[in-house]
Amino acid sequence: MHLNKCMARFLSNFAVILSALFLLSPDILHAAWGLNMTQGATPISHDVYNMHMTSLYVCTAIGILVFGMMFWSIFHHRKSKGVKPAKFSHSTTVEIIWTLIPFAIIVSLAIPATKLLARMDDTSKSEITIKATGYQWKWKYDYINEDLTIYSNLATDSVEASQRDSGIDPKTTDNYLRNTDTALVLPVGKKIRIMTTASDVIHAWWVPDLGWKRDAIPGFINDNWTIINKEGIYRGQCAEICGKGHGYMPIVVKAVPEKEYLAWVQETKLALKSKKDSGDKELSMDELKTKGEAVYKANCLACHQANGQGIKGVFPALDGSPLANLKDRIPEHIHQVIYGKNNMPAFGEQLSDTDIAAVVTYERNVWGNKTGDIIQPKDVAAGRKK
Amino acid sequence: MSTIAHDHHDHHDHKPTGIKRWLFSTNHKDIGTMYLVFSLIMFFIGGSMAMIIRAELFQPGLQFVDPQFYNSMVTVHALVMIFGAVMPAGVGLANWMIPIMIGAPDMALPRMNNMSFWILPFAFALLLGTLFMEGGAPAGGWTMYPPLVLQTGKAFPFLIFAVHFLGVSSIMGAINIIATVFNMRAPGMTLMRLPLFVWTWIITAFLLIASMPVLAGAVTMLLTDKYFGTSFFNAAGGGDPVLFQHIFWFFGHPEVYILILPAFGIISQIIPTFARKPLFGYASMVYATASIAILSFFVWAHHMFTVGLPINGELFFMYATMLIAVPTGVKVFNWVATMWKGAMTFETPMLFALAFVILFTIGGFSGLMLGITPVDFQYHDTYFVVAHFHYVLLTGAVFALMAAIYYWLPKWTGHMYDEKLAKIHFWLSAIFSNVLFFPQHFLGLAGMPRRIPDYSVQFADFNMVSSLGGFAYGISQLLFVYIVIKCVLGGKKATGQVWEGARGLEWTLSSPPPFHSFTKPPKVTKALMDY
Repeated sequence: MHLNKCMARFLSNFAVILSALFLLSPDILHAAWGLNMTQGATPISHDVYNMHMTSLYVCTAIGILVFGMMFWSIFHHRKSKGVKPAKFSHSTTVEIIWTLIPFAIIVSLAIPATKLLARMDDTSKSEITIKATGYQWKWKYDYINEDLTIYSNLATDSVEASQRDSGIDPKTTDNYLRNTDTALVLPVGKKIRIMTTASDVIHAWWVPDLGWKRDAIPGFINDNWTIINKEGIYRGQCAEICGKGHGYMPIVVKAVPEKEYLAWVQETKLALKSKKDSGDKELSMDELKTKGEAVYKANCLACHQANGQGIKGVFPALDGSPLANLKDRIPEHIHQVIYGKNNMPAFGEQLSDTDIAAVVTYERNVWGNKTGDIIQPKDVAAGRKK
Repeated sequence: MSTIAHDHHDHHDHKPTGIKRWLFSTNHKDIGTMYLVFSLIMFFIGGSMAMIIRAELFQPGLQFVDPQFYNSMVTVHALVMIFGAVMPAGVGLANWMIPIMIGAPDMALPRMNNMSFWILPFAFALLLGTLFMEGGAPAGGWTMYPPLVLQTGKAFPFLIFAVHFLGVSSIMGAINIIATVFNMRAPGMTLMRLPLFVWTWIITAFLLIASMPVLAGAVTMLLTDKYFGTSFFNAAGGGDPVLFQHIFWFFGHPEVYILILPAFGIISQIIPTFARKPLFGYASMVYATASIAILSFFVWAHHMFTVGLPINGELFFMYATMLIAVPTGVKVFNWVATMWKGAMTFETPMLFALAFVILFTIGGFSGLMLGITPVDFQYHDTYFVVAHFHYVLLTGAVFALMAAIYYWLPKWTGHMYDEKLAKIHFWLSAIFSNVLFFPQHFLGLAGMPRRIPDYSVQFADFNMVSSLGGFAYGISQLLFVYIVIKCVLGGKKATGQVWEGARGLEWTLSSPPPFHSFTKPPKVTKALMDY
C-alpha cells in the first residue's frame, strides 16, 4: 500500500517537527504557569474563589467515581477476557437513585451560590461612586462625588509594541497590553460603587482581583460594588468583543490609602484645569508635531493606523485625504475631531484645545501630507464655539 | 431506458447518472452523502480558520493578521463549524440512517430533502464571499450582538441572508425528519422501539422548528435597524441592545442541544453494539433527552449573566441551568451501566464513543460550574468558556460524528475501513484535542478574555501549548479524509451485519444497502431489536 506508506512518513515527519518545536521554544522551559482563578483583593473575590473551588471539588469527585466505574468496566468487562455479557437492561430503582443524588448535590451547591449572589447584588451604603464608560477603545471614569473625569487609554509603549511586526518584544514592554496611561485610583477599605455603561457598543469591565465582571451597555447603567482590602495595582481588560481594538482596552485599578486618594483627586483636578486653560499659548510646529504624535498614538492610531492608511472599507485613510490636505477644509478637520462623524467618536470632551491643535497639525504634516499648516489652540477654541 | 422502467410498477427505480444524480437527487442516501461531504469540506474550511487563530495566538505580539481580520476569523470559524460542519453532518446521518432504521424506503418528502441540501452551498457562498469584500467578513462574533454587528460593512446583508437561508434549510430538514418518523415506520416499529438515534433526532427536529424562526426574527430586526431606520436594538432610539441577546439566546441555547442531541443518539447506538449488551434504561434515555430539550428553552439567560439582569432573573436561570445536569447525568450513568458487565471490544467507533463519554462529561462539569451565577461573573467571556464549549462541541459532538462515520461507513460503502489507521487517527485526535483545549481552562481562570488577537505575556506559555495541540489536531484530521477515501475506493468486503454485536434494521440489509432501502416494509419484532 503505497499511499499508506506516504501517510505514515508524513505523520512521523510531523511528529518530529512538533516535538522539536516543543523543545526549542525557550518559554516552555521556564515559565509562569498560572493555573487557577485569583483569590483577589476583596471579600467578595475570596468568596467567589471558594465557591469556584467547591464546585471544582464536587465535579472532580463525581468525575473520579463515574470514570472509575467506566475504567473498571473497560479493564474487566472486555470480550478478550472471555466474559459473557450480562442481560440486564433496566432498573427503575437505580434510575431514581441516580436522579435524586445529583439533584441533592445541585441543591447543596445552589444554596451558597444564592447567598453569595445576594451579597454581590447589594450596592447600598456605598461611599464613593465611579461611573465607568466604555468607548471604542478606552475607558472613561467619572468620579461622581468629586466632579472629576479621567480617560484611560492603552499605554503608549504597549501601543507601539502591539503593532504588527513592530519588532518590539512584548516581554520588554511594561505590563504589555495591561497598562494604561491613567490608572483608576481608588481608596482601600471603602465601599465603592462602580457603575458601568458604554457610549458606542457593548464592552465589559473586568478586573479579576475584584471578583466580577459586568457588561457596559449603551443606554444602560449597571450597578456593582467593591471593597478593596489590600493596597496595590490590579489589572484587567475589556471582556466583551467590541471591535478591532477589543484586545487593547485594559483597566488598571490603583488602590491607595484614603489620604493619598484625596490628595490625588485634588492634584488631578488642578492638572486638568491648567491643561484646559493653556488655550492662548502659541506653539511652534515642532512642539505641535511632537505632542500631536503622542495624541495620535493614544487616540487615532487604532483605526487610522500608524501609516495613516486606515483600513479600506472600514476606517478612512488620512494620508493623502482631501480633509487633511486642503486648506479650506481645516475648520472641517478640527470640527470632526471635536464632534466625530459616523463611526468616529467625538474627542472634544477628553482632549484639550492644545491636544486637538497638536494632533490636527500632526496629521496635516506627516506621511505624504506636507501642507505646512499650523493649527493653534485658539483655532480649536474657535471651532468649539461654532 | 424506458423499457427498463416499464418492468416495474412504479418509476422509483429511475436512477439518473452523472451530475444529474446529485443535482436532482431525491434519494435519501445520495442526499445524505452530499450532506456529509459538504460537512467535511466545511470542517476543513472552519478548521483552517482555527489554524489562523491559533497561529496568531502562538505567541504574544501581532505576527500574522490584523485585529479586524482576526475577529472575522473568530466569527466565521464559529458560523462555519456550527451551521456548516456539525449541523449538516447530523442531518446527513439522519438522512442516511433514519429511513433504514425505521424500515422505510426513503424520506417522506424527497424533493424537499433535495432543496434543503442545495440551499446550503448557496448560503455558504454568501457567507464566505464576504471574506473577499471591502471591509472584510463579519467580525462582531457569531452571536451578532448589536450595536457592534451594525458596524459591519458591505458584508452585513450577506451575513443576514446567509443566516436566513441556513434557517430555511434546517427547518425543511426538520419537517422532513418528523414527517418520516411519524408516517413511515414499518409495522411493529412502535415509538418505544425506535433506535435512540431516531429518538434524539425527532426531539432535535422539534427544537429546530421551535428555535430557528426566532433567530430569523432576530436577524431581520438587525437588518431593519441597519437599513430601514428602526430602533429595535438602538438605545438612542428607544430600543434595547439586550433585547437582541434575549432573542438570540432563546434560539442559541436550544441550538447547542441541536448540535449535541444527535450525538447522544449516536453514542447510545454504538456503546451497546460493542458492549454486546442492550442499552441500559432505554425509556429513561428517551425521557432524559426530552427533559433536556424542554429545559433548553428555560435557560437562555445563562449566556448573559453579566448583562445586569435583576437578581430574581439570575437566580431562576441559575437553578434551571443547574437542573439540566440531572437528566444529562442520567444519560452518562446509563452509558456507563450499559458497559457494566458487558463483553466489550474496542474498535474505532467504540474508542471515539468512550472518549466522548469522558470528554463530554468534562465539558459538562465546566458547564455546571459556569451555571453558578456568582462564579460565572469571573468565568464569563474568558478562555474557560472557550474550553468548555469546545469540550462539548469538538470532543463531544465532533467525536460522536467521527464515531458514527466509522460505525456506519462499512454499511454505506460495503468495505471495511483500515482499522489500524483509524485507531491512529483516534489516538492523535484524542490526545491533541486535549493538548489543544485543556490548557484553555487555565488561561481563562488566569484572566485571559476570549476573542482577543493578542495578549499579555503572562498567558504566553499555555497559549503556545494550546496552539501546538491545535496544529497537531488539525493535521491529524487529514488522516481521517485519507481513511474515508480509501474505504470508499475499496477494502475488505463488509457483511450485512458488519459488527458482531450490532442490532437493528440497518444491519439486516446488505452492505451497501439497496438504492431504495426497504421496498417492502419489514416486520419489526421485539426480538429483532433486542439481545
